[in-house]
Amino acid sequence: MKSTELIGWFSDITLADRPTVGGKGGSLGELTRAGIPVPAGFVVRTAAFEEFVAILEQAAPLRARVEAVAADDLAGIEQLSAGLVARVQQQPLPDALRDALRAAHAELCGNELHAPLAVRSSATTEDAADASFAGLQDTYLWVLGPQQVERQVRACWASLYSVPSIAYRRKRGLPESQVAMAVVVQKMVDARAAGVMFTRSPTSGDRSVIVIEGAWGLGSAVVSGEVTPDRFVMGKIAGEITTREIRDKPVRHVPLAAGGTSEEPTPTELREAPCVSDEELQQLRATARRIEKHYGCAQDIEWAIDSSGTLRILQSRPETVWSAQDPAPVSSARDNPLLHVMNIFGGRS
Amino acid sequence: MKGFPLPSSLKIVPGTERAQAAFPYYMQFGPEDDQRFWFYNSMHFPEPMHAFDSVTGEAAYCALGAANTRVHCLPTVKGIDERLINGRVYISGVAATDPAEIKERTEEFMQRAFYYYENWETLYAQWKDKMRALIEDAQKLPAPELPKYEPLANVRAGRGIASNHWLLDTYQKTLEGYFRMWHHHFEFLLLGYGAYMTFFAFCKKAFPEISDQSIARMVAGIEAEIFRPDDELRRLARVAVQLGVEQPFQDGSTVHTILESLKGMGAPGKKWLEELESSRHPWFNVNVGDGFYHYHRSWNDDLSLPFSALPTYIRQVKGGDKLERPVNQLLEERAQLVSDYRELLSTDEDRAAFDQMVGLAHRVFPYVEGHKFYCEHWYTNLFFNKIREFGKLLAGHGFFDKEEDVFHLTHYELKSAIIDLMQSWSAGSPPRGVAHWPALVKERREAVASWAKHDTPPALGPVPDVIDDPAIVMLWGITRESLDAWLTAGNSSGSKELRGFAASRGVVEGTARVVKSVEEISRLRDGDILVCQVTNPTWSPVFNKIAAAVSDIGGSMSHAAIVAREYGLPAVVGTGTATRTIRDGQRIRVDGGRGIVTMLD
Repeated sequence: MKSTELIGWFSDITLADRPTVGGKGGSLGELTRAGIPVPAGFVVRTAAFEEFVAILEQAAPLRARVEAVAADDLAGIEQLSAGLVARVQQQPLPDALRDALRAAHAELCGNELHAPLAVRSSATTEDAADASFAGLQDTYLWVLGPQQVERQVRACWASLYSVPSIAYRRKRGLPESQVAMAVVVQKMVDARAAGVMFTRSPTSGDRSVIVIEGAWGLGSAVVSGEVTPDRFVMGKIAGEITTREIRDKPVRHVPLAAGGTSEEPTPTELREAPCVSDEELQQLRATARRIEKHYGCAQDIEWAIDSSGTLRILQSRPETVWSAQDPAPVSSARDNPLLHVMNIFGGRS
Repeated sequence: MKGFPLPSSLKIVPGTERAQAAFPYYMQFGPEDDQRFWFYNSMHFPEPMHAFDSVTGEAAYCALGAANTRVHCLPTVKGIDERLINGRVYISGVAATDPAEIKERTEEFMQRAFYYYENWETLYAQWKDKMRALIEDAQKLPAPELPKYEPLANVRAGRGIASNHWLLDTYQKTLEGYFRMWHHHFEFLLLGYGAYMTFFAFCKKAFPEISDQSIARMVAGIEAEIFRPDDELRRLARVAVQLGVEQPFQDGSTVHTILESLKGMGAPGKKWLEELESSRHPWFNVNVGDGFYHYHRSWNDDLSLPFSALPTYIRQVKGGDKLERPVNQLLEERAQLVSDYRELLSTDEDRAAFDQMVGLAHRVFPYVEGHKFYCEHWYTNLFFNKIREFGKLLAGHGFFDKEEDVFHLTHYELKSAIIDLMQSWSAGSPPRGVAHWPALVKERREAVASWAKHDTPPALGPVPDVIDDPAIVMLWGITRESLDAWLTAGNSSGSKELRGFAASRGVVEGTARVVKSVEEISRLRDGDILVCQVTNPTWSPVFNKIAAAVSDIGGSMSHAAIVAREYGLPAVVGTGTATRTIRDGQRIRVDGGRGIVTMLD
């Protein structure tokens, strides 16, 4: 198999590639091609996973066993999961794949072989019809060097066979043959602050504002809900900041020298300080607007700002809650436009 | 029940009882007034009223009520009742609540108001002609004077009517013109605000979290007269640099020194003075206040305010700034804003409704922003200066010490004093007023000073469930929520935060300068945050200096808000209590995007 079938660079990927790069990979490629500042990276395509699974299947059935377990048989799922996860983690990668992965890693990191990376699962069913599936996949932060990358790629694959993941698919009756896992490998942002933003207000559905939430350190603290983030509401069009809720942020997520991340207390002077400046909010707004414009629909976006103040976008997915509702018109044109003023002058009725 | 003090519980400040009694009987609170909700109109009348100045409320509410109640027949809203206590103006809206009456009024309204909307441009052009004619009439009124003998020419012309009669004639015409001007003022105003509010309410529904200022910016005028005085100042700064006569304009130089230096600078100096004259008439007819008090003198009366801005403007010109308002760019920005919001709407129906409403708002807005120059500034200035002429005449005849003392007489009393003088002139005997007025004037001067030292509650009486009078919401920024905030502020003085309308975005920290009257403007230093009862657009040279503005009263469409946006200055208006809560010199943070003022120490 050619290395391009195993590995795809963000700059070569669009949303149309989702069947082979997964939702996350497709989105990062699409954003990169749209000129959005996304940390550089590549995707280990589903073909690599398929090849790997094929090797496992040769040794002993895998997918058939998953399909055979009953959705409500929790003990059975637990037992199966333990076995399958171990198999995924122990099976060496085929040579061609390992070579392609190392080459891509070397190209991504250049002369800084241990540049910190994020390894994130990108399932083909993720981010699409069923957003909640996204939460079942894994992300590994601050991954250092080719060995760690290889291990975490395998860990992402293994996460498909975690207990909740199997249980979820069994409950939905999803055929295993259609479940594949791509893995995103990308440069890690040493985030000074990070968070999420919404191009449509989660609370009111208002399309004219951008809601930005953020906290100190890596975005995992916000996404996991461990820290109540600062919250800002800004006018999408003119950028006026109409809400500014600065919260006490007692902890933050930071990278570990040996790889991985940990939680530490936020320095006292930062705890109640806003994690982003007004200029950064404006930059976030501008980027959110570009992304929304590119996709033509409201987006939920993950972002990070590094210590030099550079903004990076880590993820963007379509907003699903409000967009699912039928838009009811607020008003409609009147034969005589002046009749509108009766809304004000007509009094309450 | 939660509520404000009842009118009957307010005490007249001891020693001012007679000054209070001087206000006409129909402005005094009565027992039946306890049943109604009143609020202190500190937006228009932030300081205690002199006896004469109370004519402004009278004339204005007479006209506002006529327009609402009888002319356009607003279906649910009638006029405004006014009371004065301790020199403070309290007002209360009158509503139509009977469904049959509302139905009848609705039919009338649609025949009347709709005609105005449909013919807005024509009627507004006609309005400007009427206003210019009214101004011209006022300018033509002669200075009141009494010659020793009737001029021989008058006698030989067989004029028959003697000079003393013209005092009464001029005075009555002056007063009548002022009442008439206010009718013009309100001819379109509520319709204009209503059209704007229609659009405003639509935006709030379609975009629940949209800021007031974004809506305002979609309709804000670009070439409104209200910006013109300041534009003229900038022009004069440019001209000074072009002519090379900028040297005399130094910070702290007096107007007199500057004018004398220019006169000594030959042709270029003379040329600049000519340019000054062309700017002054009419554009310097702007008051340093809202024009509702006799002491809100105009730039023309006192050049020190406009001149104080010139050194800064000249420095900016020399620094390469053209100091021109980029009108085309502003227009494009507005159009872009409108089209961007339009695009965000969910349905084609909404877009069609939006087009209709924004179209109407754009149609009415030139009046909303433009009328004030003609009415509150130019005309009001002529009016008070004419009264001042009577003051000079009466002071000359010993009625009181100074011409300004005339403003301690009500307009009824002034008429009596004029007739007294007319009689004395005709009889050849001394006027009775010489023995009558000096003591009263002294008493009233002390009363005004005493009232100014006493705070007055922001509102009186029971709190209404809802406030749905568009005039009150729009002009005064008073809503049920803001009243609740006022009530809370009264109860918890420990709060570090004040909330108001987010009038103009931006966050600034600085030193608060609590300015309680126009005279205190000079205390403002570069970078100070102006805290006042009501901000005024014609303080624009001050806006050039301050870092932010906070006011007690004002809605997102108050002129303060409009001009703050124009100057890109953070502003929070309608806080209710800023001048009482914030200490002079205190460090505060103004967040104009959120409408929050935080006291930092």
